[in-house]
This record gives sequence, structure tokens and C-alpha cells, in this order.
Amino acid sequence: MNNIVKRYIPQILVILFVVLIFGFLTLNAQTNMDNRGIDFGFGFLSQESSFDVQFSLIEYSGSDSYARAFLVGLLNTLLVSFISIIICTILGVVIGVARLSSNYLIKNSAAWYVEFFRNIPLLLQIFFWYYAALRALPMPEKANAWFGVTYMTVKGYYIPSMVWQNLNIFLYSGLAAIIAIIVLRYYANNLRDTKGKQIPVLLYSAALLIVLPLLSFLFGGVSLEFEIPELKKLSKISYIYEGGISLPPELIALVLALSLYTSTFVAECVRAGIEGVSKGQKEAAASVGLTPNQVLKLVIMPQALRIIIPPTTNQYLNLTKNSSLAAAIAYPDLVLVFAGTALMQTGKAIEIVSITMLTYLTISLTIAAIMNWYNKKIEIKEK
Amino acid sequence: MQILNFLKPNRDNIKNYSIIGSFLVLVSLIDVISNAFLKINLTFFLPGSLTTLFPLIIGLIGLNMMRIDYSGNKKLDLLNKNINTNNFNALLTLVILFSIIKALPQSLSWMIFDATISGDSKDACTGTGACWTYIKVWFRRFMYGMYPNEFHWRINTAFILVIALGFVGYFMKENLKKYLALYYVIIYPVIAYLVIYYLISGGSFGLQWVETGAWGGLSLTFIVSFFCLIFCFPLGMIFALGRRSNLPAIKYISICYIEFWRGVPLITVLFMSSVMFPMFLPEDFFMDKLVRVIIAITLFEAAYCAEVIRGGLQSLPRGQYDAAKSLGMGYWKMHIFVILPQALKLVIPGIANTFLALVKDTPLIFVVGLAELAGMLALAKTNPKWLGFAMEGYIFASIIFWIICYAMSKYSYNLEAKYKTER
Repeated sequence: MNNIVKRYIPQILVILFVVLIFGFLTLNAQTNMDNRGIDFGFGFLSQESSFDVQFSLIEYSGSDSYARAFLVGLLNTLLVSFISIIICTILGVVIGVARLSSNYLIKNSAAWYVEFFRNIPLLLQIFFWYYAALRALPMPEKANAWFGVTYMTVKGYYIPSMVWQNLNIFLYSGLAAIIAIIVLRYYANNLRDTKGKQIPVLLYSAALLIVLPLLSFLFGGVSLEFEIPELKKLSKISYIYEGGISLPPELIALVLALSLYTSTFVAECVRAGIEGVSKGQKEAAASVGLTPNQVLKLVIMPQALRIIIPPTTNQYLNLTKNSSLAAAIAYPDLVLVFAGTALMQTGKAIEIVSITMLTYLTISLTIAAIMNWYNKKIEIKEK
Repeated sequence: MQILNFLKPNRDNIKNYSIIGSFLVLVSLIDVISNAFLKINLTFFLPGSLTTLFPLIIGLIGLNMMRIDYSGNKKLDLLNKNINTNNFNALLTLVILFSIIKALPQSLSWMIFDATISGDSKDACTGTGACWTYIKVWFRRFMYGMYPNEFHWRINTAFILVIALGFVGYFMKENLKKYLALYYVIIYPVIAYLVIYYLISGGSFGLQWVETGAWGGLSLTFIVSFFCLIFCFPLGMIFALGRRSNLPAIKYISICYIEFWRGVPLITVLFMSSVMFPMFLPEDFFMDKLVRVIIAITLFEAAYCAEVIRGGLQSLPRGQYDAAKSLGMGYWKMHIFVILPQALKLVIPGIANTFLALVKDTPLIFVVGLAELAGMLALAKTNPKWLGFAMEGYIFASIIFWIICYAMSKYSYNLEAKYKTER
């Protein structure tokens, strides 16, 4: 009896407490909305949004619905996260490896890089790039070409766009190359296991990846042209580049700040991962006669990755969540387009803020679930 | 790199080789330095691209000539071991050295030699360097926001009082030490709140009322992070215990809470506190914006705190629980006297990191219109009398935040090292 009381009373009290809080809040919201004449509902999503978005990956204009505006914002968020994740991974791996270098200068430069970018609030870094650094760039008419065809100006970064003919054949050839590589790997593994013969899989794979798409250019009728941005005079003093792709300065500032900031955390993960593999593993592998490359590939990396990947994914998630700071410099991401402009226009605070939060929550929880599954899979199974 | 082999020294001729090698490195350094500082190109007779590569090539040959496994000369061995283990390392060494030398004169002259600090208006800044006058004139605004100038002593006094009260634990008598946790978790926050309320807000004791809208600058950053810090810790502890509980209702409510806050960005939480939260309050109940923001950040950081504390709870060996239970301790006794003291000691570095993240997150309150340091910078930047000094402002703010955060992270490393040895 005593046990049952101890077990159920606290639970009932807690549930009651939570229910009461939610009930109280809902009741207040109900009365408040009744008083102000606001009704709750998601019908506004299909209404015409009648605002414009500066930068969009899909066709969008003011006559489209709020739901489409939401999609525009979501895609912009994903775009900036995707680019930043790629850059921060490359930077992070380089810096993380550099921190373990035996070279005093490299080790310390890398350490200072980490200390420097990690300890300045991200928002300040975004502001610095956007309001200070990128504003110092030249006007379009005075810009020098980078790599001959791209222009970094105060109005954004202009890069050539690709004009494809028969793009699908090119993609098929790439797909064929990947399939061929998988078959090759399988065959090579088989050969190694049965006959003990080694073939340079990496070299063959690289060759396949280059040769097959090249063939598609020669025989498949695929052609690629670059549309290079050209300077055009709008009025007496106003110039602009036409053609190609223009990346707005907001996007550049955001990518720079996010990737530099997150790369420091990725670097720490990489360092911890490589340091986490015990020295004995390396020595044992070398003593069985593996070459240094094989030691790295077959012994060190699989173990280091096991330590590196979970915290790094966490950093990617943080990056995606941090990309919401875009709102501070008016990059049209999910928060700015939806929780900013759309909320202003419709006044549907509860609906819009909940949708925005749920979107981020869904992204986070999905990736977290995948990570949990992956961690379970790669866990070392001790007997 | 086989070609360079004839340049390899051996034990016998290392002396000559190292002299020639260091001479070559010296030449390359002199070339770069004269190029960067004096704008003199010593290698003007070489064709364009070779001029820029000249110091690199000369330096590489020099370092290659000095490289030897063991020479007996301590300094040379130290040099070889640290920056000159192979050609790739030597190249990186030179590239880093040269880029530092190349960047120095520009940044130094911008930040120090050509910079202005005298005067008190924009006209003083005529040079090509930074305009620190801007920072000097706006300094009080950056520190105290729109808080009236004549009352700044109130903020200072309040901060000194709060910090002094925080150190009480160090001077407490031995027999009172058992109440330390009680003091920090309950009494201290209340006193700190009263101090800040009566001194900074004013309104009584003859102090003029200053509304929170006027608060700002770095002092607001401190106020927000201080309150979030002291509130999120106990809250995090509750949810950590809740998540480890074997009562399903409590466990799942805690999990939902933690996962929800960890899954959303802080900026949406702040949006929620400013536009959505007022809808959920009783009609004529007014809650100050600053209070709402502090609540929002506290709830948010408590989830992160909870996860860190849970890590500590999980890493305690089961024996501790069993031993406590076998002594006949109940749930609360066991946790208060046995589990939590050990677990909290373990997670101090993690908690310090969470607090560091909290401090770095406070500038975000700018998006709901509270002008702390980043917000004041944005205001100052758009002031028509002071246009065009964004760079100086952000560098100033970055330096301040960097010092705070770096000190905190170093402190957490120290704590980590300290508690590692004790176990």
C-alpha cells in the first residue's frame, strides 16, 4: 500500500500540475483571442501572401500563398546550412588535423584559430562580416575578376552559371560510374578474401568517375556552356552584373560566419577522435605488416570516425539551428520570411511561431533518430 | 624531392650546412620584411611571379640544408623537431611566417599608428586608420545602454554587491558550510534579484525609477546571463533527475521538455516570448519584456543543463546507489547526500561550457528589441553623426566578448584539470 502511494502520488501530482499549467495558458489564450477578435486556424496558409522575397530558390512572387512562402524560407535555410556544413567540415578537418601536427607553428596557429573564432558570439561575427567586412568590397564597376570569371562586389558574389544540354545523359553516366565502382569494390573484396590479391580500387574508381562522364560528353551529346556575368549599366552611376548566378551578400556573410564558427567545434571533435584511438592500435596494426596507408584506412579511421561522427552531427544540427540568426541581417530564411514578415502581415502569432518551431524540431529529431540508429549500428560489440 | 638530396647534410658537415641554411632563411625573411614594412622590393631584377616566390624557394632550400636527424646542437635539434621535420612542414612553416609578416604592417597601422583617439566628434577622424574616438565617445552607451548617465553608479554598485555576495561561500565558517548549497540555490538568487531590482530599477529609497527599456549595453548582457545562469542550474537539475526517474509519467514529461527545447533555435524561443507568450497570460497581467526574455532563455538553457547533469549522474557507478540504499536512505536523502555531490563535481566543466554558450547567446536578445552590446552597436552605427564606423564597433565588441569567453573557457579547463586529479 505504502509502495503504491509512493509510486503513484508523485506522478499524479506532476501530471495534474502540467495539465493545470497548459489549461491555464490555453484558457488565457482563448479569452485573449476572443477579446481581440482573432480566430485560431491554419486557413491563412492558402491565402495570397502579397509580399516579395529577395532571394529564392524556387519561383515565388507576391501572388503565391503563405504555404509557398514557408517553403521558400525553409529552402533558403536548408541551402545556407548545406553550404556551411560542407565548408565547415573541410575547414574543421584541416584545423583538427593541424592541431595534432608536430610543427610548433602549425599547431599553435590552429589552436589560436579555434580559440579566436569559438569565443566570439556568432551574432557578432555575422554582423562583422555583413556590416563591416563585406561593405568594404568594391562597387560592381570597379570589381576585379576572381579566377577570371567571378566578381566579388558589395552587391554580392557573381559566378557563372552552367547551361546544360542533355543533362540527364550526363547524370546517367555518373550513376553508371557509381554502380561500376560498387561492383568493382565487391569484386576486389572477393578477390582479396579468396585469393589474397590486392587491386588498387581507389585508382580504378577515380578513373571510372572521370572517364564515364567524359564519354558522355564525347558520344552522348552532352554539352556544357558557361554563362559568364557581364557588367551592365543601369543608369549614370549604377551598374549591375547580368547573367550567371548572383549570391547575395547576406548569404555570403552568413555562410562565412556559420562555417568559421562551427569549424572550430568540428576541429575539436576531429582532434578528440584521432587522439581517442589508442597508440597500441596503431602499433599493433603496423606489427601485423600493414602499410601506413592501410593502418590509417583500416585501423585508425574506422575507430576515430566512431568517436568523431556523433558529436559532429550534433554540431551540424547546431549550425542548422544557428542559421536562424539570418533574420538579424535580413537573409530570407525560415525565421525571417515566416516568423517575421508573414507573422507581421497575418498577426497569427501562435500558429506561425508553432509551425516554425515544429519545423526545426522535426529536422532536429529526425537527424537525432538517424544518429541514434547509426550509433547503435557502429557500436563496438563487446563480448 | 630526390633532387634536393645533394643538399642534405651529415654529421660531419652540419656546421657549415646550418650556417649556409640559416643565412638563406635569413635572406628570405629580410626580403619579406622589407617588402612588407618598407615597401622595398629587393628582388626587383627577377620576373614578376618569381619575385613573390623567391623568399619561399630560398627559405625552403635553407631549411632543407639545416634538416638532420640528430646534430648534438640543442637549438638546432629543437628547431628541426618543431618546425622542420620534412619539406611539407617546412613549407607550411614558411607560409605561416610570411603571411604573419605580410599582415602585420597593414593591421598595425590601421589599428594603432594611423588610428585616431583624440577629439570627441567625427571630424577628429581624418586619418586612414581606425577611429577609436567613436568608441571613446560611445563608450558609456556601449556599457550602460540608454541608462541615464548620472545614475551609472547604481549599476556599478549593484554589480559589485552581487559579486561580493557571490564570494560569501569562500569566507563561510566551517560549521555553516553545509548550508552552502541552500545559500547559492535559494538565498543568493533572491538577494541578487532584490539588489538589482532596488538599485538598478529604483523607484524607492529615493532612487528614481528607470524602466527596463533604458537598460542596455554590456551591463544588460551581464544581467541577463547572470539571472539565466542562476535559475537554469536548479531547473536543469530537476529535469535531469526527472529523466532518470523510474516513474514513467515524470520520466516522459522530462524527456519531452528536454528534447523540445534542445530541438528549437533560441531565436524562435525569443520570438515566442515576445509575440506569442503575451497571448497566454491573463488579460490585464503585464510582464516586463526583460523578464519574459530571461524566463525564455532560462527555460531554453535548463534543457542543455539537464543533459549535462544527466551525463554526470549516468557516469556514477551503480555501487554508489546500492550503497546509499543499503544504508536505508530514501530517494531524496540518497540524491542530496550521496549522488548529487559526486555527480555535480564531475559535470563542472560541462556546466561551465553551457554557461559559456549562454553568455555567447545573450546578444540574441537584440532581435526582440533589447539593446545590449550588439544592439547598441547597431544603434550607434545608424546614428547620422557617426556613419561608417561599423568595423571599429564590431572589433571593439568582439574583443570584449572574446576576453570574457576566453577567460571562462580557460577557467573551465582549469576546473576540469583540478577535478580530474582528485578522482
